[in-house]
Amino acid sequence: MTATTPDTAAPTTLGGKAAEYLDERLGIAGAAKKQLRKIFPDHWSFMLGEIALYSFIVLLLSGIFLTLFFNPSMNEVTYNGSYTPLDGIKMSEAYASTVNISFDVRGGLLMRQIHHWAALVFVMAITVHMLRIFFTGAFRKPRELNWLIGFLLFVMALLEGFAGYSLPDDLLSGTGLRIAEGVILSIPIVGTYVSFFLFGGEFPGHDLVPRLFSIHILLVPGLILALITVHLILVFYQKHTQWAGPGRNNENVVGLPLLPVYTAKAGGFFFVVFGVISLLSGLVSINPIWTYGPYVPTQITAGSQPDWYIGFLEGSLRMMPNLEWNFWGHTLSLNVLIPSLVVPGILFTGLAVYPFLEAWITGDKREHHILDRPRNMPTRTAIGVAGCTFYAVLWIVGGNDLIATHFHLSLESITWAGRFTVFLGPAFAFWITRRICFGLQRSDRDKVLHGREAGIIIRSPEGEFSEVHSPLSDGDRYKLTQHDVHRPLSIAQAADPNGVPAPNLRKAKLRAKITEWYFGTRIEKPTAEEYHDAITGGHH
Amino acid sequence: MTAEETNLTELGHDEHGAVAVDEHGHGHGAVEVAGDPFTDPGLEPHAPRVTDIDEKAAKKAERQVALLFLLSAACTIAFMVAYTEIPKTAIVDFFPIGAVSASNFALGTLLGVALFSLGAGAIYWARTLMTDVEFPQERHPLASDPQTRAEAIAEFQQGVEDSGIKRRPLIRRTLLLSLTVLPLPALWILRDLGPLPENTLRHTAWKAGERIINDNTVSLDGTTGQGVKPEDVTIGSLVSARPQAALSAGEDFNDLIAKSAVLLVRMDPADIKSQQERDWGYQGIVAFSKICTHVGCPVALYEQQTHHMLCPCHQSTFDLSEDGKVIFGPAARSLPQLPITVDADGYLVAQRDFDAPVGPSFWERG
Repeated sequence: MTATTPDTAAPTTLGGKAAEYLDERLGIAGAAKKQLRKIFPDHWSFMLGEIALYSFIVLLLSGIFLTLFFNPSMNEVTYNGSYTPLDGIKMSEAYASTVNISFDVRGGLLMRQIHHWAALVFVMAITVHMLRIFFTGAFRKPRELNWLIGFLLFVMALLEGFAGYSLPDDLLSGTGLRIAEGVILSIPIVGTYVSFFLFGGEFPGHDLVPRLFSIHILLVPGLILALITVHLILVFYQKHTQWAGPGRNNENVVGLPLLPVYTAKAGGFFFVVFGVISLLSGLVSINPIWTYGPYVPTQITAGSQPDWYIGFLEGSLRMMPNLEWNFWGHTLSLNVLIPSLVVPGILFTGLAVYPFLEAWITGDKREHHILDRPRNMPTRTAIGVAGCTFYAVLWIVGGNDLIATHFHLSLESITWAGRFTVFLGPAFAFWITRRICFGLQRSDRDKVLHGREAGIIIRSPEGEFSEVHSPLSDGDRYKLTQHDVHRPLSIAQAADPNGVPAPNLRKAKLRAKITEWYFGTRIEKPTAEEYHDAITGGHH
Repeated sequence: MTAEETNLTELGHDEHGAVAVDEHGHGHGAVEVAGDPFTDPGLEPHAPRVTDIDEKAAKKAERQVALLFLLSAACTIAFMVAYTEIPKTAIVDFFPIGAVSASNFALGTLLGVALFSLGAGAIYWARTLMTDVEFPQERHPLASDPQTRAEAIAEFQQGVEDSGIKRRPLIRRTLLLSLTVLPLPALWILRDLGPLPENTLRHTAWKAGERIINDNTVSLDGTTGQGVKPEDVTIGSLVSARPQAALSAGEDFNDLIAKSAVLLVRMDPADIKSQQERDWGYQGIVAFSKICTHVGCPVALYEQQTHHMLCPCHQSTFDLSEDGKVIFGPAARSLPQLPITVDADGYLVAQRDFDAPVGPSFWERG
């Protein structure tokens, strides 16, 4: 070192030297300085997305192992491996290699079960994470685009799961593909062609498993990986949302630093997720394809069920009345088209566009970094719960045969109950959720004005019993009153924001009506005056 | 609106002095919101943990973390030992799991504990010994400041200007044209993914005189099987069957059987409600397609007394005593009936192919 750099000593440790090496080539010190101590807020619900990410990593690791032994071919072989019940039976190489992985590759069954369990956890975590984002309003500006990316990840995860489920060519997965073929055939005009191109001719053909293999191990995981990368970069760049609380506002983020706390917590949590999936896979059997046998189009087992995330489509198919139109030499199978494509199409489109719809209704152009408590947006929460109820009814009817056999009920009456509940359930859920939200808001309001119930009953000299209320802390009082209470728009406000005659009165009327529906009924926050009145006994 | 809701609305319309409008700088025409009645008291003071103030507790936590890490390392090594030492065919049987592969059980449990304790150790370390003093970091508005934005727009416009794309519509339009047609080949070259459907979905392997083979008599390799004689089928019984052509289909067996599988049932001819069904059967033996007309699962659950046939996938139910018509469930069309008779040797054979396409509906079906 020359005298020109007197203050900076040359690094002496190995890590220091490595850092210097990298910085001289990549200039990373600037980014490291900013990001190493980046603050992340803490809440249990923020780890749901982490579970999805970690189970995806588990899927990649176990999936790579499986590709080393799986043979994605529909060529026919005669089985003579160590699982004797299948001895001498003809099957596809795909099925035979899956049985081999399960019985003749050490650790193979574990990897298969880890892969399958991780897939179930992956879709589950994405779903719950997405619901968390929805119910807390974390999709609001500036995060609408990341919501869309997350939505695409959700759809990709479903596709990926179904493709993977179909690869072993066992009786259950073949049945699933047969249903998929029936669904594709129901698409008007192009359905038959799409089916023939996808299967390489008539069902089942010899091409589908190798094609699904490319889709399952290259195309979709590649897209998922790319989308996850963008998803996380945006989370990092836009900074995480946080819950309301003292000292927490829209202009800051309060929490603990990435290094060391979140490195340890998030890193540790990855191993916890992986560990739990491994334990499950060691203890609980999943998809034992050797008991189902190879796929033969004429065989079926009663009570067969798809993986959980396909269940809602199954229920939808089961409860649909048998409508079919025949006209001009064509058939429109509404009994298949509506439940398997139209219903999920509407459900998923609604999910994707909701942030934009709500932004249009509220006209809100602000950035939001403080999460909504679900109770404080009753109509949004009620819409969400109604959607979940709709999904849940479909999902439950997907197991109508199991319900019928377990509870000795008639299959017909369960299906009919489902046909009504699928409409009445969400309507009831919407109504009751809004009532509950208002009730919770009112209880918050009381808490702010009169304090928390202390659990101490006192008796006055006159013999009257009453409960002591202890006042909230300043922090809690702020926390319960910082949320927005939205007001509906009048037609004039909706149509004529700047005093300029409205170009489209009908649209304004619609918007005013929707805001009335959204915000017409509401609980006002207590004001400072009301609070003052409450603590001074209401006397001015 | 219920009385209570009206009440709530009124509450909402009460004029409170402190209600602020647009204090957050909404755009015009946005829904109004009420302002915050109480001021933010600021971050609550940090409450120290036991490990922050008691060195003994901190030491104990340190030992616990180290123990978890040690456990993890031990299980990782044990995993490798289990991999080599446990024979892959060994079975262990214990409550409440039952008989399972010993190797899978050991490997899964050891790997699980190794991973879990490593993760748990790290999290416990973070929660007990690393800092838990929360502190704030500023957020900055994501939007660029107006000047930066104006400069970016200017740079962009300069770029567009330099390209001359606005002034030269010929280049612009031909570029657009070439970019529009360019992606089409990506779709075009998928043509050879499969043959055109033509009318393959309308035909099966059944033809006049095609012998009906009982599935239960077919050899393991699928190349030999026996025909069905009428006296083999007793009243109330159900026989799953295939065309003789299936025995020599080889690799195409699944494609063939996916359309041509049939079910034979025999009922008292007096129970058959349709004259056509009786004519297409033989002495009360009738053959129906086994492929559900809903989405193609094999129908398999037969109820002798009612002659109902149920598809286990989506519970479409067909009445086999009345032309296979749908009596419940999502299927829209009857199960197609295969007209049968007996040949010179007394075996059941098809009179001809199905009159209607079997399996799920498709657009061209009509």
